[in-house]
Amino acid sequence: MNTAIETVRSVTGTYKYGFVTDIESETAPKGLNEGTIRFISAKKNEPGWLLDWRLRAYRHWLSMPEPKWAKVSFPPIDYQDSYYYSAPKTKDGPKSLDEVDPELRRTYEKLGIPLHEQEKLSGVAVDAVFDSVSVATTFRKQLAEHGVVFCSISEAVETHPELVRKYMGSVVPYTDNKHATLNSAVFTDGTFVYIPPGVRCPMELSTYFRINAKNTGQFERTLIIADAGSYVSYLEGCTAPMRDENQLHAAVVELIALDEAEIKYSTVQNWYPGDAEGRGGIYNFVTKRGACRGHHSKISWTQVETGSAITWKYPSCILQGDYSVGEFFSIAITNNRQQADTGTKMIHLGRNTRSRIVSKGISAGHADQTYRGLVRMGPRAAGARNHTQCDSLLIGGTCGAHTVPYIESRNRTATVEHEATTSKISDDQLFYCRQRGIPEETAVALVVNGFCREVLQQLPMEFAVEAQKLVGISLEGSVG
Amino acid sequence: MLEIRNLHARVQDAEILKGLDLSIGPGEVHAVMGPNGSGKSTLSYVLAGRDGYEVTEGTVRFRGRDLLELDPEERAGEGVFLAFQYPVEIPGVANTTFLRESLNAVRRYRGEPELDAIKFLKVLRERARKLGVADDMLKRAINVGFSGGEKKRNEVLQMALLEPALAVLDETDSGLDVDALRTVADGVNALRSPDRSMLVITHYQRLLHYIVPDVVHVLMGGRIIRSGGAELALEVEEKGYGTYVGEAA
Repeated sequence: MNTAIETVRSVTGTYKYGFVTDIESETAPKGLNEGTIRFISAKKNEPGWLLDWRLRAYRHWLSMPEPKWAKVSFPPIDYQDSYYYSAPKTKDGPKSLDEVDPELRRTYEKLGIPLHEQEKLSGVAVDAVFDSVSVATTFRKQLAEHGVVFCSISEAVETHPELVRKYMGSVVPYTDNKHATLNSAVFTDGTFVYIPPGVRCPMELSTYFRINAKNTGQFERTLIIADAGSYVSYLEGCTAPMRDENQLHAAVVELIALDEAEIKYSTVQNWYPGDAEGRGGIYNFVTKRGACRGHHSKISWTQVETGSAITWKYPSCILQGDYSVGEFFSIAITNNRQQADTGTKMIHLGRNTRSRIVSKGISAGHADQTYRGLVRMGPRAAGARNHTQCDSLLIGGTCGAHTVPYIESRNRTATVEHEATTSKISDDQLFYCRQRGIPEETAVALVVNGFCREVLQQLPMEFAVEAQKLVGISLEGSVG
Repeated sequence: MLEIRNLHARVQDAEILKGLDLSIGPGEVHAVMGPNGSGKSTLSYVLAGRDGYEVTEGTVRFRGRDLLELDPEERAGEGVFLAFQYPVEIPGVANTTFLRESLNAVRRYRGEPELDAIKFLKVLRERARKLGVADDMLKRAINVGFSGGEKKRNEVLQMALLEPALAVLDETDSGLDVDALRTVADGVNALRSPDRSMLVITHYQRLLHYIVPDVVHVLMGGRIIRSGGAELALEVEEKGYGTYVGEAA
């Protein structure tokens, strides 16, 4: 039967953020060696301990194999063919928001990210990272009144060295995996957040990552520390120009929640996914991990992954504190030739720890997608519980969805539950919508949004609407 | 309003409609009765433009336009509405959201302004109240966990919102008990109007007891073999479809 969803059209031209900003940049010499690392460290006036840390990471990296276990395929990465530092040229870096280069300001306006505080998106503070450096951070004064530190990580190294030194690498050690180790050696900027004890952060914090320069990798680190009894909600967004070559994005995010603290971390990932034939696009190889160090602490990851040529990403929770809670809500959409191997790890160490995983994967075109998740119950994790729900939705007959759960339990009193479903958007559903006047592509977006609703509801209000639209755009051309 | 001439249609390799003629004037209610496999559902899907139902011969004109060249959503815009025999569930999509998408899509097609959330809710609540549709049913995911009666009432609600020029009711009575049947029929009757035609497709006469048609057709072997007034339905009920077997050949 000639069903409506068998033919897959190209999505060329639907990525709205593919423009390039023409701005003069300062770059490190091409390639990777100790000199590159010293260059980056010198650029940032870093203390000796940090340079040592970077160099240790680099030497370790040289001995590490590429991770091979993910169900993704790509030619070997030539690490010498890339730039590791690219920053818009400025005299001293902007002192205030008014001094931000107008060209950069226009870029962020085009992306819908306001750097003018008066144009604020209902109470969201933004750190804007452009290629290798943070170019603006808004609402710092207001946040400082509450004792909240929100700045670029380079700045935090200067202003809060004790916190950075204590926590950086404490959740994701520099020896963790090839991509994280590379990041530890060459990270250029990123966001630092500290919420003091008992403080509920008065606004949403967010970082907007933009890769602009050609042949340049982006390696940023985010470090968020929520001290006892505090709360913060943080969101990151990202886009990149449309280019024919692949670009590497190897980020590290570390979250630390102390006693009774809560961190809610949301991602709307919309890196350039490559064209319909799979040319170009970002390799998004990211290590994100949170440690619930304190009792009754909570870390919640929500991610909407629509972009990137390849996604390799497992935001995880280490539940050390008794009664701590880890959550992972994910929507991953792959279309055309995109590949995604994504999921989470919930490591239960403390007593009565709880975790919940809700993963919604949508695959269309020739895309291939894998949910890979680990739930580990340690010997001390008495009374721990996990519930995992993994749903896959297929659009058309040429895409793939795979679910790979790993469950390890070393405690008899721990409970692990896993549910998984795979379904297809049915012709019945599409025809029903169309008979009611709803065009086919809108119908697909409607059905998919319904499928993802549980996760979309987890996003902060301001972004839920955007994310819903994004879900629709990502699947444009997936039916014909 | 609707002119079907010598319609032949196939599903996969089987020819189901074999030269069907039917013409419905404005405001008329026609019933098509037929046994299982006679082509009743095929007729409704062909009119709505479902993929996989291939027209091999004949014409369908609707308000002067060639209906067969339009996509399903365009037909909806032109005013063709199909009340489904088995309304489809869409998990996670609130009934209200779906209805608003639908109404606004049709309004866009017709060049009318879209309704904002507030205006839409006002219209929806007013129509829902008339049909005895509870608020709770509007908030739930469309058709998910609805009883048979709720699903059919929801179809009638959609019809009331979209105000079609031609409503095709495909076995609307199936799966309904007498009380639910009466409620649904009352809803349909309330929508009868001089500028709305209806095509009621049914196996049994009992629905036609509540929705009294102007014309009754007997469909067998992919063709209309007998047409008459409302009394023809009673004759079919009494004698059974077997009586007409000779005429179908």
